[in-house]
Amino acid sequence: MTKQEFTITVYTENQIGLLNRIAIMFSRRKINVESLNTSPSEVEGIHRFTIVIHETEEVVKKLVRQIEKQVEVLKAYYNNNEELIWQELALYKVSTDEIAEKVKVERLLREYGARAVVIRKDYTVFETTGHREETDKLINVLEPYGLIEFVRSARVAIIKASSGFHEKLREFEAQEPSEEVVENEYLDKQDEVFTM
Amino acid sequence: MQSTLSQPQKAALPTKTETISGSKAVLEALIAEGVKTIFGYPGGAIMPIYDALYDYSDQLEHILVRHEQGGIHAAQGYARTSGDVGVVFATSGPGATNLVTGLADAMIDSTPVVAITGQVFAHLLGTDAFQETDVINITTPVTKWNYQVTDAAEIPAVLAKAFYIARTGRPGPVLIDITKNAQLQLFEYEGYKKCDHIRSYRPKPNVRKEYIEQAAALINEAKQPFVIFGQGVILGKAEKEFIAFIEKAGIPSAWTIMGMSAIPTDHPLGVGMLGMHGNYGPNVLTNECDVLIAVGMRFDDRVTGRLDKYAKQAKVIHLDIDPAEIDKNVKTTVPVWGDCKETLPMLTELIEPKVYPQWLQRFRDYAQQEQEQCIQPELHPTGEVLTMGEVINTLNELTGGDAIIVTDVGQHQMVACRYANYNQTKSNVTSGGLGTMGFALPAAIGAKYGDPKRTVVAVIGDGGFQMTLQELGTIMQFDVDVKILILNNEFLGMVRQWQQLFHDRRYSFVNITSPDFVQVAKGYHIDGNSVRERKDLKEALSTMLNHKGAYLLEVMVGKENNVFPMVPQGCSVAEIRLK
Repeated sequence: MTKQEFTITVYTENQIGLLNRIAIMFSRRKINVESLNTSPSEVEGIHRFTIVIHETEEVVKKLVRQIEKQVEVLKAYYNNNEELIWQELALYKVSTDEIAEKVKVERLLREYGARAVVIRKDYTVFETTGHREETDKLINVLEPYGLIEFVRSARVAIIKASSGFHEKLREFEAQEPSEEVVENEYLDKQDEVFTM
Repeated sequence: MQSTLSQPQKAALPTKTETISGSKAVLEALIAEGVKTIFGYPGGAIMPIYDALYDYSDQLEHILVRHEQGGIHAAQGYARTSGDVGVVFATSGPGATNLVTGLADAMIDSTPVVAITGQVFAHLLGTDAFQETDVINITTPVTKWNYQVTDAAEIPAVLAKAFYIARTGRPGPVLIDITKNAQLQLFEYEGYKKCDHIRSYRPKPNVRKEYIEQAAALINEAKQPFVIFGQGVILGKAEKEFIAFIEKAGIPSAWTIMGMSAIPTDHPLGVGMLGMHGNYGPNVLTNECDVLIAVGMRFDDRVTGRLDKYAKQAKVIHLDIDPAEIDKNVKTTVPVWGDCKETLPMLTELIEPKVYPQWLQRFRDYAQQEQEQCIQPELHPTGEVLTMGEVINTLNELTGGDAIIVTDVGQHQMVACRYANYNQTKSNVTSGGLGTMGFALPAAIGAKYGDPKRTVVAVIGDGGFQMTLQELGTIMQFDVDVKILILNNEFLGMVRQWQQLFHDRRYSFVNITSPDFVQVAKGYHIDGNSVRERKDLKEALSTMLNHKGAYLLEVMVGKENNVFPMVPQGCSVAEIRLK
């Protein structure tokens, strides 16, 4: 079986420590995580992980079962790229002088779907969203003009056929709302506590 | 925290609360969960819990071990013989890190354990405080679930969850780390509610009836079916259901090391142990059966040998409570998800009563060959030196198969598991998955507390005994009646065997020197004896078994004996060697 890009989507409780519990699934098997995003899901109280790895389907299938086995995981799916709509967001910082003098900014914006987020005397920040190849293209264009900083977000992905489990998730949360996260309230209260 | 919205609100009676400390809430939770025995070791960060324990000594028995690893292995032994959750206490930092081996062992062998560790004050987390270590992250890969409590109000619900998770579904270890402030903190206690549901956790998958039907159809058409079973039968408390199934189906059945004792060793359909040092017939015929029915076992590499040459001819039916086990190692034809306590009777109902005399005879024929070439010389040697096998065989004669046998790891473990007789379930306590040397002595202590009426014999090698012999102190202090049987070959025998067979007899650091074990025991006021001659063996074993209280018997056995049969690493199960 050949390796290909798979996106794993995991619906979880919002609990401290779960990020590690999921991350070690990959590191234990020495699998590199290409990108990882955690965010709230469309259902309040339910968290969503989007993880991209390059592996064979066989390995991914077993991994997803192991992930789903975790106590605080509600559901895990894996999809290939055909089954998804996905985007990544990228930010590019360049010198305003350079860019104003040498680049046809207008063309840039139109051709690469870029947007100027900030324009200052000393620098300008552009933004694009798209697939990896698209955001890469703009790097190549800007590189000769002194790209000062570049950053790309993790992949966020929507599963094309997701209405079924979305309904279930909603029902689930409605029947039984999630528990609250208990955070450490004491980290800044050192002086008030006696210790030995 | 327990969500109040999820609970149907009964009449709005004001809940009666009392103000108690987090520590007291921990102990109240243990009592509510039916815990009677705790294995533990105190220290700075868990002192408030120990302080509260002082007032609970009439309800909770605390066994002070000599090392936290001993504590968790004892909790494992307790869980294995009692069928309930074992509990261990340890302090923060080194106390908690010493639990890691036992947690890993319990994780891989699916043993229900709740470990409670003290932790530094919540405001000190992350400051490199004295005895602070990141226990949650250290133990994440080796626990089924873990959680850090920083607020006392969380304690009742978190402990309820801990016990529920540890004992349901595929059992496993759970660790709860409680900061010292939470132990000391007073809070409004509303009583203890047992957990019976966690929304994101499905302990057992729904049984799919169509798979049961498909499985039954395969079994009914089979010409040479073969059942292999593991600890799932014991963990599911499904021994009766399992025996009813194989007896109606008439199918020869072999056990994994962890499944051992789920059926009596002399059951007419029992054909022995699978795996690297298992029996001849079950290994060879795995590659000849037409339907392989795996019940509560996980196709460990020590069972399957080379996977690409494992049971390729067979249709595989896999019954397991853990969906992640299906297709993990061996491709399944019919997956039967579910608790075997439920699925086995459903399957039994649909199958036709059958017998396979010719097929069963083939197992017997292989058994005969094994008997002649391996078993006879091991159990009835003609040479001068004693063999491990004859010690176990003599032990069988004296116990009649009624004892709980706890083993350590190595040659003696394989010999004990090959030759010990068992009449009843939960009688074999061994470190199967992790292979933890040093397991047996502390596990035997726990095994005795788990089932106090039965004789407990810890069979240990000279190497493994020296890894945790500090627990002789626990045995001494609490008068724990365990019989310690050291099979001393003056070598790290299993490694030596491999060095002999696969590394040209280059005996690299396997020559281990031992102290006078009888004198060591004597130092702990434990009686003992050492024998090296055949004429003394039976009487020495008998003295050990009849001795009131703990006893240590060292038997000097042949230095360079090997365990056979053996499936060499990288070979198929059919390539099992008799010598």
